[in-house]
Amino acid sequence: MKLIFAKSVEGRRGLRLPASDVPAAELPQELLREQSAELPEVSELDALRHFTLLGRQNMGVDTNFYPLGSCTMKYNPKINERLAALPGFTELHPMLAQLPEGEQYCQGALALLYECEKLLAQACGFADSTLQPMAGANGELTAIMMFAAYLKSKGETRRKVMLIPDSAHGTNPASAAVAGFTCREIASNEEGDLDIEELKKALNDEVAGIMLTTPNTLGFYNSSVAEVVALVHQAGGLAYCDGANLNAILGRIRPGDLGFDAMHINTHKTLSTPHGGGGPGSGPVCVAARLLPFLPQPKVHKNAEGLYSLSEDAPQSIGYIAPYYGNFSIIVRAYAYMLMCGGNGFQRISENAVLSANYVRERLAPWYEQKYERSCMHECVLSASRQSALGVNALDIAKALLDRGFHAPTIYFPLIVPEALMIEPTETESKQTLDEFCEAMIAIAKLAEENPEELKKAPLSTPVGRLDEVTAARQPLLRV
Amino acid sequence: MPFIANTDAERREMLAFLGLDSMGQLWQKAQVPEPEFDFSQMPEGISELEVSQKLQGLASKNDNGLICFLGMGHYDHFIPAAVGEVLGQSGFYTSYTPYQPEASQGTLQAIFEWQSAICRLSGMEVANASLYDGGSAIFEALTMSLRTLRRRREVVVSEALSPIYRKMLDTYCASLDLKINYVPALDEKSDIEGILAAVNEQTACVIVQYPNVFGTIEDWSAALTEIKAQGALTVCSAYPSALALLKTPGEMGFDIVVGEGQPLGLSLAFGGPYLGYMCTGNKLMRKMPGRIAGQTKDTQGRTGYVLTLQAREQHIRREQAMSNICSNKNLCALAALVYMTVLGKQGLREVAQLCHNKAAYARQRLSAIPGVETLGDSPFFNEFVLQLPRPAESLLAELLKKGIAAGVPLGKYYPGRERQLLVAFTEKRSKEEIDLLAENLEALL
Repeated sequence: MKLIFAKSVEGRRGLRLPASDVPAAELPQELLREQSAELPEVSELDALRHFTLLGRQNMGVDTNFYPLGSCTMKYNPKINERLAALPGFTELHPMLAQLPEGEQYCQGALALLYECEKLLAQACGFADSTLQPMAGANGELTAIMMFAAYLKSKGETRRKVMLIPDSAHGTNPASAAVAGFTCREIASNEEGDLDIEELKKALNDEVAGIMLTTPNTLGFYNSSVAEVVALVHQAGGLAYCDGANLNAILGRIRPGDLGFDAMHINTHKTLSTPHGGGGPGSGPVCVAARLLPFLPQPKVHKNAEGLYSLSEDAPQSIGYIAPYYGNFSIIVRAYAYMLMCGGNGFQRISENAVLSANYVRERLAPWYEQKYERSCMHECVLSASRQSALGVNALDIAKALLDRGFHAPTIYFPLIVPEALMIEPTETESKQTLDEFCEAMIAIAKLAEENPEELKKAPLSTPVGRLDEVTAARQPLLRV
Repeated sequence: MPFIANTDAERREMLAFLGLDSMGQLWQKAQVPEPEFDFSQMPEGISELEVSQKLQGLASKNDNGLICFLGMGHYDHFIPAAVGEVLGQSGFYTSYTPYQPEASQGTLQAIFEWQSAICRLSGMEVANASLYDGGSAIFEALTMSLRTLRRRREVVVSEALSPIYRKMLDTYCASLDLKINYVPALDEKSDIEGILAAVNEQTACVIVQYPNVFGTIEDWSAALTEIKAQGALTVCSAYPSALALLKTPGEMGFDIVVGEGQPLGLSLAFGGPYLGYMCTGNKLMRKMPGRIAGQTKDTQGRTGYVLTLQAREQHIRREQAMSNICSNKNLCALAALVYMTVLGKQGLREVAQLCHNKAAYARQRLSAIPGVETLGDSPFFNEFVLQLPRPAESLLAELLKKGIAAGVPLGKYYPGRERQLLVAFTEKRSKEEIDLLAENLEALL
């Protein structure tokens, strides 16, 4: 499609602004830009048509099954969108709550933040939570910064090593590095779990803690996770739960009960808030009692009369993670979702998510290799290694799925599975959809045996075919 | 109501396919222990109607009828209806990161257009797909400078940078082996001499705000030449709406431009989601954090878009990555793109001019009140500092009772400025509202 800039016509307008009701004021010429910014000049209709057509070039949850592993592409309830758009929420300036007596004018918003923090902490088994982190990776960083502050307060500054399993998402080591730690990778054993003997070898008085995705990125629940946490604690370290896969255990296992000191939650995964084509998400962090003094500020409090206010009086707090209280409109959606689900609903979410993933895994087992032969949680990781021997790799299978009306699974992750296809169906998809998807996967597996060349041409039905990523990186063209 | 599709019969069928009779057996096979916590202790789920009523109730306990003169980085600008209309399209909001570019051209082309538009506005050469917010973007610019100038471990920051962003910097930098030199402001201005004196061969970057936190417009062109002579990089946190009118950071010669994109079509929403933007020059392109979209061709020679230069990112480089950032603020960047498109070349300029007109009128009107003064006579954009005859905090509380959120008292952030109030004006504020502020303020003094 043509760029919006190519549709621009000099003098065309999309919006009329009111005339100035005060005298025009001039700024000194030397402070003004030489030429106007060359932004598009289009009508409102031109703009709407352009962006509407662009939006139709995307697959989304509302139009396609989107089994992108580790991303929990569940349905985004429409009521959440409507509630987040209430003017009583959208028009509030965040500074209002920090003005003298200003909190009186935003009691509803403060109450929502407070109640949401408590509800999350309860659902995950922790003492409290913060809603400030603006994304999952930002939540990881917040938690690891709290670990750093805690260790410093105990005089344990030599603890500079963060242990991270080899199956971890890339943000774990990256977040640990930003928070000032060095990373040590721990291998997985032949069942796909963290190797406890390797862990024991790595534990010493330089270890700050461990970052453990639970269930792990292979989609497996490690039944010795509580033992792992206890071992790290005995060695003087802290344990962090990457909650990216919370959808698998919500309503059944609370990471706080396993002994974890902190965890983050991706509201855009487990709590149904939209992914927005890559954000905004939100990454609240829950903490155990010993980390409470280190939570970010400002923090919402509720007094004996039931009035809410902000405080900034925690001397050990790590400070400000977000300019104010996090991605508030996203929190509104997550809170509405949690209220609708309730405790019993949480249980049904994980049950159905786990059942669907195992169903897909079992249906595709005759056709696709599995590095580990065991029941999975909310997602299953298959391997295209059998097809790869025929010249068809995970990428080809992904593209062939697009032609069949399905978004592709996550591919080539986790790194420890060759030709990985990571499929996460979520609880909101029906058996019919799963069956149709499995049939497409089976048809592709057959085609790989019969006519592999056919798959190399995919996708053919999308607005563009396979794109030249090498040239894009070597001769970057990043704007017009 | 957890939005589950399958019926009990379908679940039984699926379990039977797995050779199981109950979900309990599946949990056992997946090695998941029995629950320790009884989730039925938590509140029961409620219906869509009930949740609507409950949240409408909470929303109604917020007073969004106050006349807003609050700014300090986040402003009450008008948002054209077209913005919400585009954001509400499911192709945009129910999709995810464009990992499969063929099925995500809408998002990728929009990012490419956003990168183009924000470069044109800031006068810079390249931009990324967006960052979390204006504050974290400053931190990313700081670490980008440290990566570029590896042996330098000092940073110079003007205290005329938003105090909120300075607090965020302190948090994010806590574990870095780094010295931050904060240079105090002089009245409503940055202390340019002080900043130049603080720069040395250890300085990785100098960070300033434009217009500064007090609303003052400062031309950094001459100072940048001196800073660059010391080999340091220069970072500007800029208010994007102002750039439609003012000399751009690019024209002044900044190396990295970041800022808060909220004024470009995003609601205030009690703190977010907001939008960090980042632009730089071609030579620092590969040092930039975050996602970047690039134009390329498909196998048939058709133009298309992909995420590119990914070797910088955490999913490839892990702990060696440029940043831990994974997502961007994609939908927020789309909002800003639609805003810039609908307002267009002329509209954005008119908004900036209206903001300045209102502020200029207000400055004249408010400083005519006996006992009320403005600090200095520097040029300002849409925000300035009022010096009041009484502590600003108590006056502000009284004005709130009159339905006016009159501004941000500066004493909390700048000791010694207890009688100062930072007031902001957008195109939404009418002459009538400004007069009302003046009358009420005068009556209280």
